[in-house]
Amino acid sequence: MSPTAHRATAYFDVDGTLCSTNLLHPLVLYLVNQGTPAESMFRLGRALLQAPVLAAAELRDRRRFNELLFSHFRGMSEDRIVLLADEVFQDVVKPRLYPGAQELVDTCKAAGLRTVLITGSLDVNVWPLARHMGCDHVIANRLEFAHRKATGKLMQPVVAGPEKAGLIVADARAHGHDLAACHAYSDSFSDVPMLSVVGHPACINPDARLARLAQSYRWPILDIQRPAREGRRRETSA
Amino acid sequence: MSDHPCVVTIDHKSKPRVLFSGTRLVEVDLPVGTKVLYPKKPMKGLPDPRAAVRYALSHPLGSPPLYAKLRPGMKVTIAVDDLSMPLPSMKGPDNRALVIDEVLHQLDEYGVDDVEVIIATAFHRPMTKEEIRHVVGEKCFSRYWPDRLYNHDAEKPGGLTLLGTTPGGIDVEINRRAAESDLVIYVNLTFVPMNGGHKSLGTGLVGYRTLKGHHNPSAVRKSGSYMEPSRSELSRRMIEVGQLIESKVDVFHVETTVNNRMFDKPLEFLAKNEDELTDLESRAMSALIKTLDALPDAARQAVFERVPAPYEMIGVYAGACDPVHDAILEKVHQQLCVPVKGQFDVVIFPVPYISPYNVGAVLNPLLVSVMVEGYLHNLHRGAPLLKPGGTLIAVHPFTDRFDEAQHPAYVEFFHKLLPRTRDAMELHKKYEADFARHPSYIQLYRTGKAYHPAHPFYMWYWGENGRQHRGRVITVGADNEYVPGILGYETARTMAEALRMVREQNSDPSIACFRICPLLMADVTPDAAPPALVDAMGVDLTVPVPASPVSTRSGAEEA
Repeated sequence: MSPTAHRATAYFDVDGTLCSTNLLHPLVLYLVNQGTPAESMFRLGRALLQAPVLAAAELRDRRRFNELLFSHFRGMSEDRIVLLADEVFQDVVKPRLYPGAQELVDTCKAAGLRTVLITGSLDVNVWPLARHMGCDHVIANRLEFAHRKATGKLMQPVVAGPEKAGLIVADARAHGHDLAACHAYSDSFSDVPMLSVVGHPACINPDARLARLAQSYRWPILDIQRPAREGRRRETSA
Repeated sequence: MSDHPCVVTIDHKSKPRVLFSGTRLVEVDLPVGTKVLYPKKPMKGLPDPRAAVRYALSHPLGSPPLYAKLRPGMKVTIAVDDLSMPLPSMKGPDNRALVIDEVLHQLDEYGVDDVEVIIATAFHRPMTKEEIRHVVGEKCFSRYWPDRLYNHDAEKPGGLTLLGTTPGGIDVEINRRAAESDLVIYVNLTFVPMNGGHKSLGTGLVGYRTLKGHHNPSAVRKSGSYMEPSRSELSRRMIEVGQLIESKVDVFHVETTVNNRMFDKPLEFLAKNEDELTDLESRAMSALIKTLDALPDAARQAVFERVPAPYEMIGVYAGACDPVHDAILEKVHQQLCVPVKGQFDVVIFPVPYISPYNVGAVLNPLLVSVMVEGYLHNLHRGAPLLKPGGTLIAVHPFTDRFDEAQHPAYVEFFHKLLPRTRDAMELHKKYEADFARHPSYIQLYRTGKAYHPAHPFYMWYWGENGRQHRGRVITVGADNEYVPGILGYETARTMAEALRMVREQNSDPSIACFRICPLLMADVTPDAAPPALVDAMGVDLTVPVPASPVSTRSGAEEA
């Protein structure tokens, strides 16, 4: 379908929504694949020491959590980050994709929707997934580089929590799409702003807080942990 | 000429009538002169249903016997009606299980082992494992579940095959397995005259492309009653679809029907004229009313729904679609039709807890409206019970409650679209296509327990000829005003208040009360002939009844 033929956009959060990964999974793969074993040990140790701070930040401020997390990339070469991206997809993301994820994306495409992954993960790690699933675009975090080395900072805008809503508004407007006709999918309460901004929000495997909210607002709750195929309709149980 | 015994005229000595209002029963005083239509007594069930099935398969109408169509190595698909009929579901063995048992026996005898069984759900929710076990029977279930016994999936990529386009322009695509079969055996249970015939395959195993050709407001508007094939544009279009399917696929139909024994012994009095209740039955009725009032909603629903009905098979016919369907319709009419003279200014519809579209779920407000302006209004033959422009009184609480697992798209349809417009044509043209492709709802239809997102539109269309025919709808007993408001209905707290509202415009209205459950159908002899259905060009749209290719009757009746 040509870009102009899309009638609206479907926005998908990635971690926990389309696959059972989180932002830590790719980071760990990067940390253990440094140039020397000593450097890997050093970076892993530093990350472990910061774990309690990360955990606290995740609960209180999603943006701060992202900044802390991606600071661990400081000093890594751009080449290494890009080179390992495919490995991250093959070894970390692809095996954790939910069985019904591809069919949900395909159903959106069949409905004439442009499909966009919107996530706090790094863009280099998300594009292989987007290509694999046939998605049209990625809105993700980008690392800042200086002299081909990561500075450990994220470029603006940081994709997290409420910012996702603003990015969706801007993206839909850029493509001439009415937000009321757009769809969004997420698993997390932190994505309520992004879900609220579109006309057709839906929750996938929602956390407890989001599930309660979804019930109140009567947002659809999807389970894509099993494939949506004829066999699935065979297995419907009481 | 006196009234049929099932038509009771209220006089000064009459007791209050007991009417369903959702899961409650309410006592209502009706004005003197009101005609109350009661269901007929249940017809006697066939003494040996298994023998009747065997006889029907071997003595088919308009077709060679089933065994003559079988050969080793052939591919056979058995398609089965889903649990939307009968209501509530019947005590085992279900008619369909009896038929399938015998069909499987014959398939075994003739060395046919490439067999799959598909529940013809169309856009209905998938049936659960236990529901399927009940409908197809243990023998079929244990042999074929889950790999060769499953629900139809109208959204499965590549799951449908395009067979062609009807002369009326409807693209016909059906379940690929059925399309590629050497023989399709359709096993049906006709509960109301809209079921069965060409509707079985033309709806049950197709997808959106085909459904939208007949499930649309234009077809329903042009239908005098979709419960009367000769006056139903819906039926005419389904016949067109069915005939195209049968020109490409060999189909052997087995249709069955049941009597209207909806309630077992302890609740049998619910079907009776209140004036004829014994003292014991009167006390039981009072106790039931009080008990239901004291129970929470879910428990009330369970009281009625979890107790299967003791329906009995009263007919089974097999063979070609048209003669089989004609024969079964005769039985259905014999059981359901209550003759009544004239039409009425006011018709009272008690709305019970159940409809074909909420098995295992609450009857949500959209489905209540389908019952009032759709199902109950259309349960007539000859002419509507209500005069054109008359008033419908609907007795139901109209609670704003939806089963979010079964009816997720209904919520959005009801609360987002209906407040914008109630015009079925506008809903059809402006919103249906996008809704029908809604990815989340399609995912829930395919993987969860949900009805397809196009289904709430079809439900609204189902009431379209009723909406075009009636004047006002007044609700009695609604627990809120905004739900009736969304539907375009007025509210009254009591029946007396509703009738006062009617009398403000008509001081002496004629009144009828359609006293379900069990089910009945008004066989109306109008005071004047009903107007012919004509289109904008003045062309008569009355649908000719397809001529039956056989003139002599065989089948279970003579078994």
